[in-house]
Amino acid sequence: MGDNGSAPDLSSRLLRLVIVGHVDHGKSTLVGRLLSDTGTLPEGKLDFVRDICKQQGKEFEFAFLLDALEEEQEQGITIDTSQIFFHTAQRKYVIIDAPGHKEFLKNMVTGAADAEAALLLIDANEGVQEQSRRHGYILKLLGLTQVAVVINKMDLIGYDEKVYNNIKSEYIVFLDSLGIEAREFIPVSAKLGVNIAALKDEMPWYKGPTVLRMLDQFEKKPPPDHLPFRFPVQDVYKFDERRIIAGRVESGKLKTGDRVIFSPSNKQAVVKSIEAWSVPEKPSAATSSESIGFTLDEQIFVERGDVCTLMDQLPIVSTTFDANVFWMGKRNLEKGRKFILKLNTQEVECEVVEFKKAIDASTLETLTNQDYIAKNDVAELTLSTRNPVAFDLFGSIATTGRFVLVDEYDVCGGGIITTYTPTTKSDKLRDEVRTRDFNWIKSEIKPDERAYRNGHRAALILITGDPGTGKGPLARALEHSLFQSNFQSYLLDRRNVNLGVGADLEDPKNSGESESARRLGEVAKLLLDAGQVVISTSNAFHQEDQADLRLLAIPYQVVEIQVGKQSSGEPDLVLSLDEAQNTSEASLKIQDFLKEKKILLGHNYSI
Amino acid sequence: MDHLDELENQSIFILREAYKNFKNLAMLWSIGKDSTILVWLARKAFFGHCPIPLVHIDTTYKIPAMIEYRDRVAKEWGLNLVVGKNQKALDEGMNHERGRLICCEALKTQGLQCIMEEHGYTGLILGIRRDEEGTRAKERYFSPRNKNFEWDFKDQPPELWDQYKTSFSDDTHIRIHPILHWTELNVWEYIQREKIPIIDLYFATPEGKRYRSLGCAPCTGTIDSTAKNVDEIVEEIKNIGTAERSGRAQDQEDTYAMQKLRARGYM
Repeated sequence: MGDNGSAPDLSSRLLRLVIVGHVDHGKSTLVGRLLSDTGTLPEGKLDFVRDICKQQGKEFEFAFLLDALEEEQEQGITIDTSQIFFHTAQRKYVIIDAPGHKEFLKNMVTGAADAEAALLLIDANEGVQEQSRRHGYILKLLGLTQVAVVINKMDLIGYDEKVYNNIKSEYIVFLDSLGIEAREFIPVSAKLGVNIAALKDEMPWYKGPTVLRMLDQFEKKPPPDHLPFRFPVQDVYKFDERRIIAGRVESGKLKTGDRVIFSPSNKQAVVKSIEAWSVPEKPSAATSSESIGFTLDEQIFVERGDVCTLMDQLPIVSTTFDANVFWMGKRNLEKGRKFILKLNTQEVECEVVEFKKAIDASTLETLTNQDYIAKNDVAELTLSTRNPVAFDLFGSIATTGRFVLVDEYDVCGGGIITTYTPTTKSDKLRDEVRTRDFNWIKSEIKPDERAYRNGHRAALILITGDPGTGKGPLARALEHSLFQSNFQSYLLDRRNVNLGVGADLEDPKNSGESESARRLGEVAKLLLDAGQVVISTSNAFHQEDQADLRLLAIPYQVVEIQVGKQSSGEPDLVLSLDEAQNTSEASLKIQDFLKEKKILLGHNYSI
Repeated sequence: MDHLDELENQSIFILREAYKNFKNLAMLWSIGKDSTILVWLARKAFFGHCPIPLVHIDTTYKIPAMIEYRDRVAKEWGLNLVVGKNQKALDEGMNHERGRLICCEALKTQGLQCIMEEHGYTGLILGIRRDEEGTRAKERYFSPRNKNFEWDFKDQPPELWDQYKTSFSDDTHIRIHPILHWTELNVWEYIQREKIPIIDLYFATPEGKRYRSLGCAPCTGTIDSTAKNVDEIVEEIKNIGTAERSGRAQDQEDTYAMQKLRARGYM
């Protein structure tokens, strides 16, 4: 089917409309009728379908305009979702015809997932059925709440107003329980073209709009430009001298010169350029739903799955969260089994740790004491992922608050993140840090001004290594050598923090260890805020402490200098044991490295 | 952002997903307008580069100007071109007189099968669109085919929120359709906006004929048209009343011709 007829204003974007409802309630017929009554069909298409119907000895079927598959026409049902272009005098549409048979729920979801408005069809003769309810629930889960209900086949019940009213009041109650308010209940006969394109005389008691007019009243979803900037990294390209971070802006805006942070790694840099090929002029900004690429002012390690945001609008990073999930898999969704969670470009192993509520989506009844859900059902549950994931609550930023679950090779479920309660230690700490940062009373003096005065940015230099590798002497030498070069350096010795700030801890070296690390980190954060180069040491065994320190130092840079070789960690610079022995040379080497990383900038660097 | 930007951004996103997720990826270039804008979109997605090899299935019945255009553009754009043929079928004298569907399957579908086996491609990017015909309207952006190239249209994977089927068993490959959501008019508007050099077979001859869809010479008909350039084609398409593939003889062979061809691996 072509995009035919005289085209309305081309600058208007098209509206994506899905038609859902129980099997045989007449969805494909409605679409066929809409196409035919608005003259959207190419020449010969109606005759083509008329011939097929004649061959099969059937009455003319509008549905065959969409149900193109041989099996669909033989059985008279829609198997797969279909998308058709269509327009009214007002604007353009893509109509998505979703199958109503229970077997094909995954196809219905495919059709409805990125629609902006929905028509929910109910057969006047049969009333509210299983899929009428299930599809309503799924629409809600998909975040699609712009809905109108079409009560079809009114011709079969003699256009009886009472039947219409009964169905309407029953379904209003159901939609209300989901928090959906239907825009209209339109009584029609799709087959006979009643109240589709024009109001006919059969139902003088109905004063509302026709289906066609209803469509034109649906609103386009505004682009999420006003929300915080979210950019899940899709890939990193190095086809030429440029190292381009590629991806799509899911929400918000970005411009060159913005300082960005990547979650969950917490690495930061400044956007140097926004790259594009064959465009009228080189872009300096980007907004939501643009597929873009940018370069950074320094070569930090970024990979697919990292979520890039602005500094003051961080996403949640966690390994556990609550979600509402619908399931389309052949095998059940059950506790303890591993699935792959795909959230934007992040992919991570996950499992259900708790079923809070399993629900039969056709009745909305709670399935009590059930630690699984079967195909076509939904659940409220808690998920736990193997590695931290960066996300938002679906209610705040929809595109970064939803995910799919993959079982073996196939997407088998989808979900939206409803709430997040930190449970693990690092989740709690991460949360504390975020609360602290959001409430932090910022100084009038900006970090850049301090950096200009000091000749360096604030940074935490963490010297790590096994006991006896000479970390302590090296740290002292580094503090001194930086001081000699007129930089503001301070060696933050953990033992000193424990003496005072940690005096109330019973045994800071053992049981209170993580609390002692937290306090060390918070003191470091204050010194970093004052613009210092803070030096500290950490035992190689204390990987967890180091992770905590990194977390607490956000948004300041942490540079790990590792002495000797360890298999763990991701050090920025490694010094051999021999190198570390000669503390003054090692200090110079570290200084050079810090210059390279643009932490030590030199005095009057920008004059 | 206008509607062409919206289409372009979505297609670029899909191309990048394909490039990231498939180690052995190829793009089918039929020389027609759709697959040519696909090459253009790839250069947009990859900032002036096309890191994906382009496969052209030569049935040897193609209109000669197509081959000339192919080689010229490939050179100008620095494309990695891979040409495939079903030599065995050609040697045995396969042509459309043995039946159009049989010929399409031998020279196109099997020709493609040969080259995919030879190069071990697991992902294949194609320029099909939903508005072309009914079975394509039911396609996915990432659509699996089994080892015999068969399309199980009755059991397609769900596709939502731009999460595509990127994991699959060894005996399947994935067809990727980055411009599935475009219409014929969109394609021409985009060619117009981007000034993409398109093969001139689409433009009307002084006799008032042009190709609307390109294929093999014996099975592809022209339409009556006076549209001599892209601007005029855009205006023509806006007001046209016939289906795009009405000039393609194989589609008219059987009521379910495309479903049958496509279920067995046709584009």
